Amino acid sequence: MATTTGSGTSATFQNFLDEHLEREMLRFTTAGSVDDGKSTLIGRLLHDTKTVYEDQLASIRQSKVNRAAGPIDFSLLTDGLRAEREQGITIDVAYRYFSTSRRKFIIADTPGHEQYTRNMATGASTADLAIVLVDAGKGLLAQSRRHASIAALLGIPHVVVAINKMDTVDYDPSTYRKISADFHVLANQLGLRSVQIIPISALKGDNIVTRSARTLWYDGPTLLEHLETVPLDRLSHGEDGDQAHLRFPVQMVLRPDASFRGFAGQVARGVLRTGDEVLALPSGIRTRVASIVTYDGKLTEAFAPMPVTIQLEDEIDLSRGDMLVSPETPPHLSRTFGGKVIWLHEEPLQKGRIYIAKHTTRTVRVQATAIRSRVDMHTLAELPAAQLEMNDIGSVDFSSNLPLLFDRYAVNRALGSMILIDAVTNATVGAVMLERDLGSESRNRAVHNYPLVLTPASSRWSALVMAELRDRHIPYISLDDPHITGPGIPSAVRVAQQAGLVAVCSRDALTPNIEYEIQQFLGRDRWIEVDESPTAAEKLAEALEKILYAGEGEER
Amino acid sequence: MNTAISVDSSCQPPLISRRVLNHLQALEAESIFIFREAVAEFSNPVMLYSIGKDSSVLMRLAQKAFYPGKIPFPLLHIDTSYKFPEMIAFRDAFARDIGAKLIVHQNRKALDEGANPFALGTQNCCGLLKTRALLDALESGGFNAAFGGARRDEEKSRAKERIYSFRDPAGQWDPKNQRPELWNLYNSRLRKGESIRVFPLSNWTELDIWLYIYAEQIPLVPLYLAQEREAVVRGQSIILKYDETPLLPGESIQRIQCRMRSLGCMPCTGAIRSDADTVPKIIQELIAFRRSERENRVIDHDEEGSMEVKKREGYF
Repeated sequence: MATTTGSGTSATFQNFLDEHLEREMLRFTTAGSVDDGKSTLIGRLLHDTKTVYEDQLASIRQSKVNRAAGPIDFSLLTDGLRAEREQGITIDVAYRYFSTSRRKFIIADTPGHEQYTRNMATGASTADLAIVLVDAGKGLLAQSRRHASIAALLGIPHVVVAINKMDTVDYDPSTYRKISADFHVLANQLGLRSVQIIPISALKGDNIVTRSARTLWYDGPTLLEHLETVPLDRLSHGEDGDQAHLRFPVQMVLRPDASFRGFAGQVARGVLRTGDEVLALPSGIRTRVASIVTYDGKLTEAFAPMPVTIQLEDEIDLSRGDMLVSPETPPHLSRTFGGKVIWLHEEPLQKGRIYIAKHTTRTVRVQATAIRSRVDMHTLAELPAAQLEMNDIGSVDFSSNLPLLFDRYAVNRALGSMILIDAVTNATVGAVMLERDLGSESRNRAVHNYPLVLTPASSRWSALVMAELRDRHIPYISLDDPHITGPGIPSAVRVAQQAGLVAVCSRDALTPNIEYEIQQFLGRDRWIEVDESPTAAEKLAEALEKILYAGEGEER
Repeated sequence: MNTAISVDSSCQPPLISRRVLNHLQALEAESIFIFREAVAEFSNPVMLYSIGKDSSVLMRLAQKAFYPGKIPFPLLHIDTSYKFPEMIAFRDAFARDIGAKLIVHQNRKALDEGANPFALGTQNCCGLLKTRALLDALESGGFNAAFGGARRDEEKSRAKERIYSFRDPAGQWDPKNQRPELWNLYNSRLRKGESIRVFPLSNWTELDIWLYIYAEQIPLVPLYLAQEREAVVRGQSIILKYDETPLLPGESIQRIQCRMRSLGCMPCTGAIRSDADTVPKIIQELIAFRRSERENRVIDHDEEGSMEVKKREGYF
C-alpha cells in the first residue's frame, strides 16, 4: 500500500538531486525603516530567484492595496497579516524561504522602527548574517545605526549594508562612497568584522541577483552572490576551532526498557567522540562516552548542532538541565552573573523582582540584583538607569537559585543566551546575553578545585577562616559539626566538592586513615593548612587565590 | 570599488574535515531538538496526524528524536469523514506498524446533522468538522501541547507563526500578541486551560519536505503519485471521482493522469495534471512548478486573508 521512492530518473537529474541534498543553509535577517524598501527588497529576492508562484503574483495584481506605481508591488508578497496590510507596515517577525542551487536561505524579516527593537533582536538571534538597509537619498540614519548595533550585540557574524534606491540618486558613486565611509566608522566602533557594502535598487533590480550595468564603478558581488558565498560562521556551526570545548546540555533521559539508558540532547558546542572523557556538571563526576546512538546508527563522532543520544560508561545521576563538558575546559558554573539585556515587555525590568530564566535546557529563578546601565542606541553611550523599559538594552547583574553552566555569549551563542519569563503572567519579557561571571571568577574552581582548609584546633581560628571566606564571597561549609563523625569526614569533603563549597575542618579531626581517604579524590596540593602565625590570614588568601583562580585567563 | 572588511583569510586554518551540516541535516537537527524540548517540558502532548506528506515527515523526525524508544505521545487524527479512503487505509496500517497509539476524532453531532461542504460552504464546514472537532478533541484529551506539521512557507499568515504557538483557553491564536521567540529557547510556561501548538517543521519548505522524503525513503499515501484516475473538472479544479462525489449539472467523469499535491477532504481538494509517478519526478516537477501548493485548496481562496481568520479561531 505504501509507495516508495522509485527509480527511472535520468542521470543528470540524479546529479541535480544529489547537489540539492548537499546545499548549506544560511539564515539572515533584514532590518529597515518603513520607507527603506525592505519588503520590496525581499519580494525582489523571492521573485528573481523564482520563489514566487504564479497564483501568488496573480493575487497581488488583483489586490486592493497595491501601493506601487509599477505593475507589481513586491512588498505585498511579504506583508502577511491583515493588521499590517491595513497599516502598511510590518509589525512582527516574518520568516521567508528561498533557495538557489548553492544554498537554502531563511530570512527573518523584521520591522525597523525603534519600537520594534525586540522584533529585530528576535530575528537577529538565529541569524548568520544581517542586511542593514540604507536609503541612498537619506544616508546613514539613526535607525541604520541601531540595526547595526543590534547585529553586533546579537553576535551576527556578517553584516551587509544594502544602499537601496540608488536609482533615486542616478547611481552616483560618490553617494555610495560617502555612506560606505560613514558605515566603516560605525563598524569599527561596534567591532563588526565582516561587512560588505552593496549599491542596489530593489525596485529596479540592480545588483540584487544580476549585476547592474548602471553601477559599473562597483566591482563587488551582487547581493545574492554574497549570500551564496559568505563563509558560514565557524563557532555557531561547531567547526574545528571550537572542538576542545564540548557542551552537551541534557534534554531528556531516554529509558525505553531496562537495558537502555541514554541522554538525549543536541551538541551545543564542540565535538563529542566515543571514548572521550567527559565531565558531568554540576555533579563534577567524570566518565567516558560509551556510545553515540541515533536512529540512523551509532556514530563515532558528533558535532554541534547534531542531535544525538549518549550512553555513558558509568551509571551516573544525570538529568535534564545537567551538562556533559570537556573536563579540561569547563564552562562557568555560577549563581551570580551579568550581561546585556534586551527588554521585551511593557512592564519594565525591575531590580529585586524574581523572574523565571531559561538557559540551555535548564530553568532557574533569577533576581536582578543591579541595573548597571542602559545603552543609548543612538550614541551607544552607557547611561545610568533605574529600570529597563520595553525595547531598552541595558547591562544587568543577576543572582539565581541554582547555578547556571554558561560560556560568554561572545564565545558561544547557545551557552551564552538566556530568556526571562514573568513568573506570574508567563510572558517572555527579556533576552539576556551573558557576559560575566560575578561569583566564581574561576571556571575550574566550580568543578574540582574546591580546597579543604584545615584550621588549628581552637574555635577562634575556625571562626576567623570562615569570616575570611565570607568576606571574599566564597561559599564554604564547616565540617566541625557533631553530626559529622571522623569516618564521615571524607564523604562530607566529597559532597562539598560536588556542591562547589570550600570545606573547613579542624586539623585534629583528621586521622592518618581519614587523610588517606581524602587524598584518593583530592590531591594534597588542594589542602590549605592554616598555621597560627601572625601572617596566617595573608597566607590563606594567597593559597585560596592560587587554587580557586587557577586556569583563569585561558578562555579566548 | 569593492568596500569590504573581512577577516584575513590567511589566518584561517585549512578545513581538513568540514564539520558543517547540509540544509536537510540542519533542518532535521532543529526539528528533533524541538520534539525533545516539548516532550521534556509538557505533561500531556499529542501529535496532530493528518496522513499527508508533512505528517509523514513529522513522524519520521519523532521516531528519530526518541529512538530507541517509541514515540512517547498519541497521534490524533481529526476525521471529517470526507477523507480519501486511501488515506484512512494508510493511517491505520502506519499507526499499527510503528506501534503508536492512534486517536480518531469526529464531530459526530455536526455529521449527524448532515454537515457537508455543499450545504454549508467550505468555511462553515471546515469550522465544524475540522476546527471545532480539533478543539473538542484537544480539550477532552486534556492535551496541553499539540504537534502539528504546519510550515511557514505555506501561506502568508503562517510566516509569522512561532515554533511554540500560544493558544488561549478557547484554543485561539492572537497574531498581535505572540510571545517573542529568541534563539532556541522556547517558553513552555502555561496556566490552566492554555496550550501550545508546536511546529517542528516551521522552517521547512515544500521542496525540503520532498527532498527529505526522497533521502529518507519515507512511505506515502499513493495519491501523491500520478496515475490515471477518474475525475471531474470543476472550475479550475480536478476533483477525483469517488462513489459519494455528487456530479453538478453539465459535469462528466473523465480519466485524467493526475496526482494530489496536498491531501485534504475529497470534495475540496483538487488534483493536478501530472506524470510524476515517482518521488524524484515530483521533485523535478516541483522545481519547474510555478504555482503554490495550497492553490488547489478551495478553502483558502474564499476571502483574502481567510487562513488568518481560520487560524485565529483555532484551525491548525
